[in-house]
Amino acid sequence: MIDMSPSLVLVVTIAALFAAGVYLLLERSLTRVLVGVVLVGNGANLLFLVAGGAAGGPPITGVTPDRRMSDPLPQAMVLTAIVITLGLSAFLLAMAYRSWQLHRHDEVQDDVEDRRIAQLAAADERAMADTDTEGPAGTLDEDAQEARDETDDGAVPTPEASLSTREDEEPVDEGRGAR
Amino acid sequence: MTFDWLVPLPVVVPLSAAGLALALYRRPRLQPIVSVGALTIVLAAAVALLVVVDDKPLVVEIGGWRAPIGIDLVADRLSALMLTISSAVTLCVLLYSLAQERYDDEESAPISIFHPTYLVLTAGVANAFLSGDLFNIYVGFEMLLAASFVLITLGGTGERIRAGTIYVVVALLSSVLFLVALAVTYAAAGTVNLAQLALRLPEIDPGVRLLIQVLLLLAFAIKAAVFPLSAWLPDSYPTAPAPVTAVFAGLLTKVGVYAIIRTQTLLFPGGALDDVLMWLALATMVVGILGAVAQDDIKRLLSFTLVSHIGYMIFGIALSTDAGWSASIYYVAHHITVQTALFLVVGLVERVGGTTSLTRLGGLAKIAPLLAILFFVPAMNLAGIPPLSGFLGKMGLLQAGVQVGTPLAYTLVVGSVVTSLLTLYALVKAWNKAFWQPPEQDRPATTLPFGMVGPTATLIAVGLALTFAAGPLYGYTERAAESLAERTPYIDAVLPAGDPGDLVAEQDEHDEVAAPGSGGAP
Repeated sequence: MIDMSPSLVLVVTIAALFAAGVYLLLERSLTRVLVGVVLVGNGANLLFLVAGGAAGGPPITGVTPDRRMSDPLPQAMVLTAIVITLGLSAFLLAMAYRSWQLHRHDEVQDDVEDRRIAQLAAADERAMADTDTEGPAGTLDEDAQEARDETDDGAVPTPEASLSTREDEEPVDEGRGAR
Repeated sequence: MTFDWLVPLPVVVPLSAAGLALALYRRPRLQPIVSVGALTIVLAAAVALLVVVDDKPLVVEIGGWRAPIGIDLVADRLSALMLTISSAVTLCVLLYSLAQERYDDEESAPISIFHPTYLVLTAGVANAFLSGDLFNIYVGFEMLLAASFVLITLGGTGERIRAGTIYVVVALLSSVLFLVALAVTYAAAGTVNLAQLALRLPEIDPGVRLLIQVLLLLAFAIKAAVFPLSAWLPDSYPTAPAPVTAVFAGLLTKVGVYAIIRTQTLLFPGGALDDVLMWLALATMVVGILGAVAQDDIKRLLSFTLVSHIGYMIFGIALSTDAGWSASIYYVAHHITVQTALFLVVGLVERVGGTTSLTRLGGLAKIAPLLAILFFVPAMNLAGIPPLSGFLGKMGLLQAGVQVGTPLAYTLVVGSVVTSLLTLYALVKAWNKAFWQPPEQDRPATTLPFGMVGPTATLIAVGLALTFAAGPLYGYTERAAESLAERTPYIDAVLPAGDPGDLVAEQDEHDEVAAPGSGGAP
């Protein structure tokens, strides 16, 4: 029977890394999210190491007897995973820096949709202003519009409404997140 | 004559070409030649594989280590089909983006990184499709994710960084989940080789097996954008450049779907979670398409239809019958081509109309009638108008659902029809607004660059070819589904002598000293 019981210290460390990592992942600031990703990633790596069973001798033929070796496969895989985590953390760091360059902060911003709905709810307006139902544009166009109107509920949005919708769609590049 | 040497090509060629393209960053004329050449070779290799593996799966053991310990690449019917479609799509998108580079002067600044990254992305996708090892699938995912991070934030504008942040954090989270799933799998079964897992998982505790299944499904469902885990997609995809969005929409989610098909069929036969998957499929379809109906931006609209149609594929997988899987595989092939084509067309619409907002677009049918046709064909294809491939795919799924005949399956059948109708509504609305409504202001007539129209038209033609070749193709997907259901062709190809760990385990029983994992050192 293979002895699979891991060291308790490792298990407690894994739990602590995951708990702290998840807490940080839920933060707003990208730097904290980055630290969270690193912690959770290391927790997962340790978990993988534990998954290989109890520690034994170095897995080199001729140095350690076959039956006393550690399992080298999880170690090889964890090494790969560590490299990947390193590379991706570096990318996240670069992105946090770029975000700081652009906005002078590194907070994760809201979904565009969420923002638009929140604004519309505040103004209590329709989500979309159909130009199908807008005012007169010309005789031919009017006829064409009437032909198509039957599918619509006929609510004619005010010019302000369509104007404000248009403003909302503008990509928000700067100054938006200075909360 | 053996064709084993074909199997690693789709991974090795783009990866080497990526290095070459990076080295040539000062020679913008040579880069395209390298990448187009590499992807053409990949396409040729994929087509050859498609024919060759119809007899039996090909297995290549990388580095000469025996299968369960070393890494193996396995090409069976499912992977070969995915590979062929994906390489055709990546090649078309590359040609499109080359033309776009040529016509857009203002965006040409940081473009030297585009080719290497794009090639790494293709290599990652191919690696995920071919790998016969869960950990290697993870590596494939990370390759394509790392590349996609760079592509989605290309240029580093404020909007792309905003969208990219969400995309990157969600992707990293799903990677960690996948890694945890791998660790649990290794602890439970002592291997991550798919074929060996298929032999060993039935022997372990059912509770642990369910845990592994749920963890893997969670990790893949985030990638595939299945409903409760799909909110990141419509927010992050539309901000990227058109060709990037197109290739993401076509391929990245489908890699997740492929991973779900592979693990559900090979590792977890018996369908313990099928009912849950059915409900998720229904929710994905309905919620996705309701999101699409409410959109005003055409790119966001298409992103929502993308989420919605992932539901069809999950539906087919969850049916757990040959017919369901076969239809699902066909649907994946159809959806990759059609969704990519639509995003490419929208790139052209944005070029001609100057915006992607449906309220502001208008009158494009007069300015660019060709564009109207280019949009109409894949749009109707996606909605599933007979006789196009979307109709055939949905038809197959509905038939498979009716064959199963449980109340839940019938609910899904009704849900699919409703979703299909709503897709038609959303796309016809987009078509009316973009092409027929009176334009806000007259735009100058612009000529469509042939370099961009050509690849788009080719991709649409591939979509139509899927319709005309539906008979043979359905035959192929049925054979693929049969061998998925049998499971033995795959396992026997990788492990012709059965589970080699069993021998070691028997020795272990006589020998009390610990030898963890799959029998220690090779």
